Amino acid sequence: MNVILHIIARDLRLALRRPADLASVLFFFIIVASLFPLGVGPETDLLRRLAPGVLWVGALLATMLSLPRMFADDFYDGALEQLALAPYPLGFVVLGKTLAHWLVSGLPLAILAPLLGLQFDLPGDTLLILAGSILLGTPALSGIGAIGAALTLGLRGGGVLLSLLVLPLYIPVLIFGAGAVDASMSGISPNAHLFLLAALTVGGVAFAPWAAAAALKIALE
Amino acid sequence: MTMKINWYKFSAPSAFYPLAGKLIPWFWALAALFGVVGLWLGLLVAPTDFQQGEGYRIIFVHVGASWMSMFIYVVMAFWAAIGLAFNTRLSGMMAAALAPTGVLFTFVSLWTGAFWGKPMWGAWWVWDARMTSELILLFLYIGFIALTRAIDDPRRADKAGALLALVGVVNIPIIYFSVKWWNTLHQGASVSLSKGSSMAAIMLWGMLFCALAMWMYTIAVVLTRARGIILERERHTEWVKTLLTQNAPIAPIAQAKAK
Repeated sequence: MNVILHIIARDLRLALRRPADLASVLFFFIIVASLFPLGVGPETDLLRRLAPGVLWVGALLATMLSLPRMFADDFYDGALEQLALAPYPLGFVVLGKTLAHWLVSGLPLAILAPLLGLQFDLPGDTLLILAGSILLGTPALSGIGAIGAALTLGLRGGGVLLSLLVLPLYIPVLIFGAGAVDASMSGISPNAHLFLLAALTVGGVAFAPWAAAAALKIALE
Repeated sequence: MTMKINWYKFSAPSAFYPLAGKLIPWFWALAALFGVVGLWLGLLVAPTDFQQGEGYRIIFVHVGASWMSMFIYVVMAFWAAIGLAFNTRLSGMMAAALAPTGVLFTFVSLWTGAFWGKPMWGAWWVWDARMTSELILLFLYIGFIALTRAIDDPRRADKAGALLALVGVVNIPIIYFSVKWWNTLHQGASVSLSKGSSMAAIMLWGMLFCALAMWMYTIAVVLTRARGIILERERHTEWVKTLLTQNAPIAPIAQAKAK
């Protein structure tokens, strides 16, 4: 348990020393979300209709953008090898890194999302559901993303390859996340979607770190 | 026959190579036979559908291709699991040999589906649950191929690909059901692919023979491709060198000159 906390603290400290990296992910999200009204026109009804999908896809892409850095820095300076040699299961280390990744990507995105939702003229309850669904769904994205990041570690064209591997696996999270916002907007209870999203997150956070740890071992061989 | 077959023997590429070479012609012959029977039943014998006219005949290709596209991914994941568990070289080669054929059938399935959809539904593409998940399956195949091709070391490529295939096969049911629920929530069931089992027996036979033909074709092509991969990866070994000098027409001359 201590290992996980230790890794989280370490990764957070490293991330906070480079605040520009953190901010660029958030600004990417803002820019993508702002491009859509410019592309499809400023009609409020249309934008409100598009908002759940657009904001969720934006959050998904923003999360994905920060994935390559999850292991790369530690891989190149050799810290990852030391972590792999340490007398703890590598899965715990990956779990810590996954949670740290979520804290610097998923969490700020969830806080930012309602603000962007206002631009799309979403009603108050829906804004809450939007933030909640992103809060609930992004840990799964970080978990699945860790597998992709580990598999593409040190490869040429790793970033593009990573998106090719990870995006198809993100589809269920997108469906239920955007579905929850959509449901709340049309006056249906979003609980079913949120429960499924929670299930994906529990499954993703529980199992993905072990698969990612196996992938790291392959990369470190 | 109580003779015990030593399966481990054929897990060695040097033993598998000649075995595959002997089997390939048989599978080609079976593929041709089943293909002729299937197409004959499907295109000439089977009656015209009273609802869909002649256009329905595309299912003789479409259904088999869809089955194979999904089945090949499962087989690929099976070899991947074997490769990770037993650390056998041949398993990774089989997975690598299967992927391009899987892509082919997924693409054929999507394309014939579009050809069928245009006259029946009036659209090349609808976001039907099955079509969407078939499209996602294509993405998964592409991801597998892209990953294994991006890694230069074949052993690492095999292992990384194997892990991805296993993650993919766990996710396929999740993706399928999420797409299905998404589909039913977002649009009414305006189109339905299910035609029930009211299909005439002769159509079913034609479809089965076509599917069998594709199955045999897959085995023949995959074995051929696996042989190519074996030669490429084992080119530094003694048995490949002797094999190549035996078969190559130029080699004896080179040897004679050396003498």
